[in-house]
Amino acid sequence: MAIEAVDHAHWSPLLGRLGLDAIPQEPIVLATFAVVVLGGVAMLAALTYFRLWGYLWKEWFTSVDHKKIGVMYMALGLVMFLRGFADAVMMRIQQAMAFNGNEGYLNSHHYDQIFTAHGVIMIFFVAMPFVTGLMNYIVPLQIGARDVSFPFLNNFSFWMTTAGAVLVMMSLFVGEFAQTGWLAYPPLSNLAYSPWVGVDYYIWALQIAGVGTLLSGVNLIATIVKMRCPGMTMMRMPIFTWTALCTNILIVAAFPVLTAVLCMLTVDRYLGFNFFTNDFGGNAMMYVNLIWIWGHPEVYILILPIFGVFSEITSTFCGKRLFGYSSMVYATLVITILSYVVWLHHFFTMGSGASVNSFFGITTMVISIPTGAKLFNWLFTMYRGRIRFELPMMWTVAFMLTFVVGGMTGVLLAVPPADFVLHNSLFLIAHFHNVIIGGVVFGVFAAINYWWPKAFGFRLNQFWGKVSFWCWVTGFWFAFMPLYVLGLMGVTRRMRVFDDPSLQVWFGIAAFGAFLIALGIGAMLIQFAVSIRNREALRDETGDPWDGRTLEWSTSSPPPEYNFAFTPIVHDIDAWADMKACKVARPLGGFRPIHMPKGTGTGVILAGLSTALGFAMIWYIWWLAALSFVGIIGYAIVHTFNYRRDYHIPAATVAETEAARTRRLAAAGA
Amino acid sequence: MFALAASAYRAIMRDPESPQKPRFLRASFRTLAALALMGALAACNSVVLRPAGDVARQQSDLVVVSTVLMLIIIVPVMALTVFFAWRYRASNSAAEYQPDWDHSTQLELVIWAAPLLIIICLGALTWVGTHLLDPYRAIGRLDEHTPVAPDARPLEIDVVALDWKWLFIYPEQGVATVNELVVPTGRPLQFRITSSSVMNSFYVPAMAGQIYAMPGMETRLHAVMNRPVTSVGFSANYSGAGFSNMRFPVRALGSDGFDRWIGEVRATGVKPQPAGRPADDVVPGDPPVPMLGGTLDRAAYLTLEKPSEKVPSIRFAAVDPQLYDAVVNMCVEPGKMCTSEMMAIDMRGGLGKAGIRNVSMLAYDKHGRQATLAAKANPGEAVRRELAWVRALCARAPGKTPDGTVRPPLDPRALGGAGLPAPGTAQSRAPASASFPLLSRN
Amino acid sequence: MHATTPQQTMIRADEAQITAAFYDLNEHDHPEGGSTMLGFWIYLMSDCLIFAMLFAAYGVLGGNFAAGPGPRDLFELPLVALNTAMLLFSSITYGFAMLAMERGKAGQTITWLLVTAGFGAAFLSIELYEFANLIHEGATPMRSGFLTAFFSLVGTHGLHVTFGLVWLFTLVAQIAAKGLIAANRRRLMCLSLFWHFLDVIWIGVFTFVYLMGMLR
Repeated sequence: MAIEAVDHAHWSPLLGRLGLDAIPQEPIVLATFAVVVLGGVAMLAALTYFRLWGYLWKEWFTSVDHKKIGVMYMALGLVMFLRGFADAVMMRIQQAMAFNGNEGYLNSHHYDQIFTAHGVIMIFFVAMPFVTGLMNYIVPLQIGARDVSFPFLNNFSFWMTTAGAVLVMMSLFVGEFAQTGWLAYPPLSNLAYSPWVGVDYYIWALQIAGVGTLLSGVNLIATIVKMRCPGMTMMRMPIFTWTALCTNILIVAAFPVLTAVLCMLTVDRYLGFNFFTNDFGGNAMMYVNLIWIWGHPEVYILILPIFGVFSEITSTFCGKRLFGYSSMVYATLVITILSYVVWLHHFFTMGSGASVNSFFGITTMVISIPTGAKLFNWLFTMYRGRIRFELPMMWTVAFMLTFVVGGMTGVLLAVPPADFVLHNSLFLIAHFHNVIIGGVVFGVFAAINYWWPKAFGFRLNQFWGKVSFWCWVTGFWFAFMPLYVLGLMGVTRRMRVFDDPSLQVWFGIAAFGAFLIALGIGAMLIQFAVSIRNREALRDETGDPWDGRTLEWSTSSPPPEYNFAFTPIVHDIDAWADMKACKVARPLGGFRPIHMPKGTGTGVILAGLSTALGFAMIWYIWWLAALSFVGIIGYAIVHTFNYRRDYHIPAATVAETEAARTRRLAAAGA
Repeated sequence: MFALAASAYRAIMRDPESPQKPRFLRASFRTLAALALMGALAACNSVVLRPAGDVARQQSDLVVVSTVLMLIIIVPVMALTVFFAWRYRASNSAAEYQPDWDHSTQLELVIWAAPLLIIICLGALTWVGTHLLDPYRAIGRLDEHTPVAPDARPLEIDVVALDWKWLFIYPEQGVATVNELVVPTGRPLQFRITSSSVMNSFYVPAMAGQIYAMPGMETRLHAVMNRPVTSVGFSANYSGAGFSNMRFPVRALGSDGFDRWIGEVRATGVKPQPAGRPADDVVPGDPPVPMLGGTLDRAAYLTLEKPSEKVPSIRFAAVDPQLYDAVVNMCVEPGKMCTSEMMAIDMRGGLGKAGIRNVSMLAYDKHGRQATLAAKANPGEAVRRELAWVRALCARAPGKTPDGTVRPPLDPRALGGAGLPAPGTAQSRAPASASFPLLSRN
Repeated sequence: MHATTPQQTMIRADEAQITAAFYDLNEHDHPEGGSTMLGFWIYLMSDCLIFAMLFAAYGVLGGNFAAGPGPRDLFELPLVALNTAMLLFSSITYGFAMLAMERGKAGQTITWLLVTAGFGAAFLSIELYEFANLIHEGATPMRSGFLTAFFSLVGTHGLHVTFGLVWLFTLVAQIAAKGLIAANRRRLMCLSLFWHFLDVIWIGVFTFVYLMGMLR
């Protein structure tokens, strides 16, 4: 039956269904394509001219250093964020225009791809890389480890995530992306109703990126369980590490579900199986259940580490121990467990019985109790503190004020009868942007401002940071409060044109909000550029610019490759604050050689082959698919024959590095 | 503004589950609710919060009451955040500073208990509200003061979500419309809802909350319209290229007006009317617009079912009484086995190896929208193709098939629909309060 | 969660002693692969979830014969019983390989691994024979929801066994080349976990799909 589907378009053995018609005809896409090609060529030329290829390959792409991988994750997130935001702006403009018979500037084929791509990119290729990047960078430093448990796997995970992102970006210029909404519900996403390559891009991009996410989850759990420094019991772990642990448990317990459900959709589309078809006894409702069994924990995968970020920042900038450490830990655990028993609240309107609906409604509300407890904990950490309003703390306060509103509307949507009138409306859109922007995005910006000095050795520019902050916060309120109102006026999501002219003013306000956010993003990019230019003036030699409390601030900024010359021993929750209180002197001699993992190009190569495999499967280029599949297996086997994956940093090198730091500290301290 | 605050207040007073609160608190909640919803009501008329139907009104009351309940905790938290941020700023050296203060059992108790109490109230409200407002449950009241008369018979309307328009069948009146929903005021309404191809969501905000419309399945909605109103309904779940225009006007008329309208439909519905332009990206070119009208029979339905957008209202003076059941069971097209029949056979263990090659009579849309279109464009061919199988099965005549593979099912009664209630019996129309759609296909 | 006592006592102590209390000055290399077994076990649990989803799908779709054949019409229990025996034997022989590894006998380990591979290959052949038969009769995965779920569940297990075999042969080559060094022992342990895990899954498949299918 798949053969018949091939017949929809032409098919040739060499190129599959790839042909000239795969290049989109829309002028907007063509212009973007031209810009991207020119920019790409310019960048490649610059890299070649400055002879950076070797450096990038050796020091970054093939590096297994968790810090470099963390930075690469953040860079990937930032790049994809610009793409996802461009989609958002296009939607805002379309919706602000398309009234009174005006069709706007996007046809449905293009517009429907944009809202699908926006959701997919923002969740999978922006929020996930940001969160994974933060965990990668911070967790080993916070637990006093020198790397993660499986350094090569870490590099491989990153490149698999990147491979997924590459496929999504490719869909912009070769073929199309899915026109299904970000979760691709069948039957619409089945071959019968989405015959071309859009949904296939979706499937393979997510599947390949999902492998990376799952493996990095396994990696970080093993790291946190096995590699904590002496004295760091579970109840002495920094809160961020706790939330990272819970997040990775969620990843490992949720992403296989996504893998399985996408596989089922794949065999439905490629082989004519009947998991989710209308006929032959398939059941599309099973897809909706399964994908949300992954999808709801996914939300907490994003927000939990951010809760950890805010805990660290609040405690540091209030100059105070975190209020209610253990209740914070238990709240995190409760959220982790509860996030598995609420998935049905995403489709109360499917007609489950009242008892089923109210069960899932009430479990959803119960999650707000530990979340509320967390909020109070931050609040009472501020109480009787000395709050320094540096940028990370500003983002934190903005988060607390924004997130509660999103939380409130979330609980509201958990009341099934209320959900019947607000489901799929712009109210829902406003709600989840309220928690994802107000929570995850604000948190990531707080984290960037907070840990940037650790990663690069200099602070970020304050002025442009503040400009970005105020543009973002006001822009957010302008962009999303009108959507709450529109939702109460009965306006549905994913609409391309409208016939009620009284709505237009609200869409106008929302578009203005998006414009402010664009300014915020611009200011943030300027902030990075200005800070990098003035890095000498912003330099921090102490390694501890904020008077931090956890172990990552005990080493230099940026940390040496081995993180800690001597593994620290922990006696209290805020280990570094404790060490400072005890006036612990840094050991200056007696260094030993340090055992470290060696870099490898295998991750890049395997991910490259996976991209080829995905592309071949999308376009039905069977020979390439077979070839790249055999390549992946073969190369992985070859890789296992390499037993020399580590080396020792000689004691002399360590001594030299540490002596240099002693000199810098002395110069800065004087 | 006041109306809204008052309705929140009424809802609290009416609801036995909501906790008793001191008077001053109640007053301040009203103010807060008013403030919170000011933005929503200042410049627009919010159909969700001021609907014309009693069910939607109760749902909107729940929205307001829940919001107020949550504001009890949200507002203090926001105020405290601002206050603490200002009070304990680093430059304020007058404020107390206790760097090692990190625990207080009393406070911990409060911060866990306060949200818990709110959630207990809200949970009780949810449990009761969800059961009372279950769309599958027949409504018990027309409005706050009027219970439904014990002998009242609800008006049944069968709804089919098509690509990308809505078909409404009025079985009692024997008429049907496309993209035009008219209901009488003050009479309970019972919708049976399905879809022809992909998932949609049937939503008339002025009347009641939404419910999904899914192919091969039926969902239900009970509602009532309390006052004459002109409003809109639409699909609230993205369903493909024509989704944005999948909207229809909704009118609630007094019972006289409704009867007059039915008369109009019967009169105008005999004439052929244009069935809308086909959607651009499904059928290239611009084939002539088909004309429909008269009786909505299976052939007319198959024409109507083809994807089209921005379809003007179409009226049918008469309708095939079996049509809706055939749509739900995906067997409008001649030669197709109804899913109800298929499920009955499956309940008895299937047709064994003999049934292995009965593929085409079960295929609904597997070969793609275009292939489906092509097949449905020429139903006669499908008939010819499947005739042998259908004959063999319906005649229950083993050995008569071309290759002699068909053998009798384990229990031939299954072919007559054994195990299923006969159409139209009281059992099949009973409120399916315990129905789990997830299991209904098994 | 108040400041702990070591903090207060150590403020008065000698500076070098304080440093020694907060830094591990006599650290030795951590043996490589200390987290491997835990990490692999976590991975296996995630794999287990994939099977859980396939079992769930089978639970939902298992009765949807689409007016076609059901389990009783299709399954041949004697064949499946033979198949099960093959897989169980392969688990036992893998156990012998591990015992040989414990005694440090590389040659014996390789021999038992090859025996295991033989049983695994027999299992796969019987499964492929069963699949080929079904498809030849027309009971393809496209025929009904039940057959879709059946082929996917059993086929996914078969794919895992296939990958297990590839891995096994790779390990045989590696043991032949390097002997039973620590890294190879660790890999043998991982494959052992994987192989027995597949056995456990198969027992679920045999019970839930085949035996209960015949009772259906």
